[in-house]
Amino acid sequence: MGFLSGESMFGGYGGADILQGCSIGVNKGEIAVVVGPNGAGKSTAMKAMFGMLTLREGSVELDGREISDFPPQERVTLGMGFVPQNANVFTSMTVQENLEMGAFIRRDDFSTTMEQVFSLFPVLAEKRTQAAGELSGGQRQQVAVGRALMTQPTVLMLDEPTAGVSPIVMDELFDRVIEIAKTGIAILMVEQNARQALEIADRGFVLVQGQNRYTDTGAALLADPEVRKAFLGG
Amino acid sequence: MTAVTDILNALALLSNFVLVPGLAYGSQLALGALGVTMVYAVLRFSNFAHGETMSFGAMITILVTWWLQGKGVNFGPLPTALLALPIGIIGTVLMCLLFDRFIYRYYRRQKAAPVTYLIVSVGILFILSGVVRFVIGPQDRMFADGERFILKARAFKEMTGLDQGLAIKTSQGVTVVTAVIIVALLFWFLNRTRTGKSMRAYSDNEDLALLSGISPARVVAITWIITGALAAVAGTLYGLDKGYKPFTYLGLVLPIFASAIVGGVGNPLGAIAGGFVIALSELLLTFAYKRVIAYLTPGDWVPDGLVQLLATDYKLAVSFVILVIVLLVKPTGMFSGKTL
Repeated sequence: MGFLSGESMFGGYGGADILQGCSIGVNKGEIAVVVGPNGAGKSTAMKAMFGMLTLREGSVELDGREISDFPPQERVTLGMGFVPQNANVFTSMTVQENLEMGAFIRRDDFSTTMEQVFSLFPVLAEKRTQAAGELSGGQRQQVAVGRALMTQPTVLMLDEPTAGVSPIVMDELFDRVIEIAKTGIAILMVEQNARQALEIADRGFVLVQGQNRYTDTGAALLADPEVRKAFLGG
Repeated sequence: MTAVTDILNALALLSNFVLVPGLAYGSQLALGALGVTMVYAVLRFSNFAHGETMSFGAMITILVTWWLQGKGVNFGPLPTALLALPIGIIGTVLMCLLFDRFIYRYYRRQKAAPVTYLIVSVGILFILSGVVRFVIGPQDRMFADGERFILKARAFKEMTGLDQGLAIKTSQGVTVVTAVIIVALLFWFLNRTRTGKSMRAYSDNEDLALLSGISPARVVAITWIITGALAAVAGTLYGLDKGYKPFTYLGLVLPIFASAIVGGVGNPLGAIAGGFVIALSELLLTFAYKRVIAYLTPGDWVPDGLVQLLATDYKLAVSFVILVIVLLVKPTGMFSGKTL
């Protein structure tokens, strides 16, 4: 179903399953957005696809290879990058050190990648010697995304990158996300700001109670009156 | 001119009894607190066995020193113990890694609460203190040799013409110089090397460090290597300066923890600052100021008493009180470490 795909995933944190057979996938150069009400299992699905949650049933494939049993670190080396929703920067370390830590698994020279991140997020170049904890919310998110890009991933997973930032910063972040996708990276993200996220999405997944409710292109979902009524506030 | 001489005499007196010993004792506490703070920052527990680890390191160094002395080896004016110190460091590091492999690792896999680790470290404290007494015995051991003084009190008097002497012991000079070198190395390692940065990253945000591919096992091992090395150096320097008595190292745990917490636990800069704050406060509060006042005031102002705020027996209480004040007023410490 895509370059990265999770098929009929079941699983949770012990007790009842949160994921009830949902399937999510994304292709290279595409932006896939997962939306849905609170408790639908959006973040859980992301964690499952990154190996931070063991699936009870179902599988995760990357480039046709089954990776369901791989721990997160190994998925990083396979080219997956993950930006968690919370605590996604090293607050006591400088912006530059954050990026260096992002490139920890690389033993080659990563200065060009760092320059690419700085040209994508120019404000980070200005603040490279400042501690990440001293930055604004939007700048922190940029550090977080930049850190994940340092491994030169083929898939970038973002868990609510715009949580807690202003609408202007959100638009800017989405612009950067589009730019990143244009370089051929597959982007899978969970979003609370469903309408704006679907506007930039090639694929949209509406999850409800751990199952796929609607799956279509972003534009089609935005046009669907049922989706609009139930999930996008009319 | 007499006014100036009096002030200089008062300064010499203060330097001799407060400043110089304070710098040496502060360096020892700072090195000890650095070890405690490293364990706290990376492994997230208070290692009460650190005092005994220092004692263990000093013990190995002493045994090797005796062996060297028996072979007729010496280090000229410097203490032979400095030659033996590398072996003391290796021994202590091995001991730390061994305890981690067979004890702490078990609790890490259980994802034990910090308080469990703390109790475990108390257990290790007893094991270590038993081992030390078994191997080297409970008696006092003097192992300092070489030149005793860098600057003798009489030489200082002749040099300056002052009434008050200022003596600097070799052990004090060695302590301060070694501490500066060790601290510089540690900061270079933590701030400049990839491995050091990965340790800070792990300490800052464990989950994100895992996502970045930083191996926890490696970080933990390096933490113990650094902690063991710091403990061996601190223990040896303290023993050189004050004589090695196995039981004193248990008592050292309190001022060491006070130093780490006052500076901001988990913050290496704080550990150093805290070490000097505690050491100088202990000395300043237990010093008898009578003679200093005699120099600084007209003759008949000199009080009858010693003008000593606290008897030296209360030294330990000073670190306790500072600790309580800091925990009440600024629990994160001077340099904003983690809240305990």
